Amino acid sequence: MSDAEHEAGVASAPVHIRLEGISLGYGETLVQRDLTFDIHRGDVFVIMGGSGCGKSTVMRCVTGLLAPWSGRVLLGGESLWQLSAARRNTLMRRNGVMYQSGALWSSMTLEENICLPLEQYTRLAPEQMRAIAEYKLALVGLAGYGDHYPAEISGGMRKRVGVARAMALDPEILFFDEPSAGLDPLSARRLDELILELRDSLGTTMVVITHELDSIFTIADDAVFLDADSKTMLATGNPHALRDHSPVAQVRAFLTRGEADIDAVA
Amino acid sequence: MTDTPPPTVHLHSDGEQVTLVLGGSWRLDQRLPRLLRAERLLAQVPAATRLRFDTAALTGWDSGLVTFVAGLEQLCRTRGIACDVDGLPAGLRKLLELARSLPQTGRGGHAMQPAPSFLTRLGGDALDLIQSTGEIMEFFGEGTLAFRRFLLGRARFKHSDLWLIMQEAGADALPIVGLVSFLVGMILGYIGDQQLAEFGAQIYVADLVGLATVIQMGALVTAIVLAGRTGAAFAARIGTMQVNEEIDALRTLGISPMEFLVLPRMLALIAMTPLLAIYADLLGILGGAFVGTVVGGITLSAYLTQTQLAIGWNHIIQGLIAATVYGAIVAASGCLRGMQCGRSAAAVGEATTSAVVTAIVFIVIAAAVLTIIFDAVGLS
Repeated sequence: MSDAEHEAGVASAPVHIRLEGISLGYGETLVQRDLTFDIHRGDVFVIMGGSGCGKSTVMRCVTGLLAPWSGRVLLGGESLWQLSAARRNTLMRRNGVMYQSGALWSSMTLEENICLPLEQYTRLAPEQMRAIAEYKLALVGLAGYGDHYPAEISGGMRKRVGVARAMALDPEILFFDEPSAGLDPLSARRLDELILELRDSLGTTMVVITHELDSIFTIADDAVFLDADSKTMLATGNPHALRDHSPVAQVRAFLTRGEADIDAVA
Repeated sequence: MTDTPPPTVHLHSDGEQVTLVLGGSWRLDQRLPRLLRAERLLAQVPAATRLRFDTAALTGWDSGLVTFVAGLEQLCRTRGIACDVDGLPAGLRKLLELARSLPQTGRGGHAMQPAPSFLTRLGGDALDLIQSTGEIMEFFGEGTLAFRRFLLGRARFKHSDLWLIMQEAGADALPIVGLVSFLVGMILGYIGDQQLAEFGAQIYVADLVGLATVIQMGALVTAIVLAGRTGAAFAARIGTMQVNEEIDALRTLGISPMEFLVLPRMLALIAMTPLLAIYADLLGILGGAFVGTVVGGITLSAYLTQTQLAIGWNHIIQGLIAATVYGAIVAASGCLRGMQCGRSAAAVGEATTSAVVTAIVFIVIAAAVLTIIFDAVGLS
């Protein structure tokens, strides 16, 4: 997909997730403040920034795990943190989250891991659930592994199963926390391709936390850059455009590995 | 949830060519038709050689339909029916293709194994026993070496850890050890009182409770409380460290986990268990005295004097030696099971359970062996 198409897509798609003046932190410690940006339906949106800038914390806020200090998170127009717990739960169910290390339930087989959300929230027959689990495993390249336990497969495979489990309920939004961290370049590339394929086929909105430049330039339609020092966002927009035209030197430096004035890197 | 038309499936047959008409919302939140349904529909048209799809009435779909069609394709293959997916939505065709075309990781050597026969299991258990005996030997070997380095003043561990563990295992256990010992003393007192009252020899309740508590019960009660309280905590703590690769991190730094983790725990319990046992003895005697005075009608001073007469230093020494041994057993089983822990949440649970069971079994065995030894050396 070319840049022109990316930008056209951004302009036409409706807003799916909107952050309005979000400030958040743990205890007394501020992590990020004044975050305001939109994520459009069907986009691959990247939250980028250096290590420790609070990318994962922002994701925890949007996925309903951590209440912000102030501001609103709008999911399809509903303000996530002003809703009743029950309604929030319903909204959260439409999200799929892939955690950094997979976070698979170690006492269950891979198939059972994927089937658990299906058992809880659908009325499917057991063999239908198994068929879906097998299909999702095939989507991440692990067909036939359903009877394995998480301890029996490698870290990269656990990550892929994490993706498969996140997709179990065909979520409207998929969150990926550092999907390519700890993967070999080929597997990382395949995961990127998978993210794009799924977006194209299912129209799922993808929110990806990463600092891998290759990945950012391959998949991102739109992005936000979070800064650890000023504890706020420095820029939003398509990473290609940000690299070439961002007025903020830090953003250009990040996207060019510090070689800010070299034109083509990716 | 909004009103959505339920998913439907019908079959139009046109001689050899059959068309599967899909309608409504084929989403996971619906009650989706089973594959069996399609199988029955197809079975009605045995002459069919070609299957097409009509999705004009389809209002929505997701993985529910994708897996249905994937199953159907497989069904068609076994029946020799050509499956023509052109009538399906383009996105769905793409997803079907995606799952098929993605390179799949080759399967490891893990296959569904049939249930092993009795002989296989017996052999497996025997091998496990040999292996675990080896591990236990290794643990004690390493433990002894660590203890030697400690005596030479060369063991590497944090002294603040030792004090913290002593506090957690010792001082923090006072209320529960006290309560249990007092109650056990009362129970002994009651049983003794009932029997001895028949001979009018209630004063000997003091002998019975005092001796039983000081020689064995005080140490035993303390050890069992510690096994459940502290041994389990050791196993869970070290097991979790094993899961988080913290033990590996220590090893790669050249720090022996035996010295750094196991040694302070062993020392702490060996030091604290006898002290707790003395405290348990006192509370046990008080429990007996409570029954003796309230139920048996003996005066408190008479009861205590009788207790003093009954108990000799040899009895106290027996109890203290037993307590020290029990403390070592509790710490060793907790640490051993923690070190043997596998790398999953379930393994930590198993390690904890197994630490408590191991400790209690060995405490009881040690109690029996010690009783015989004390008798043989003339301490009793």
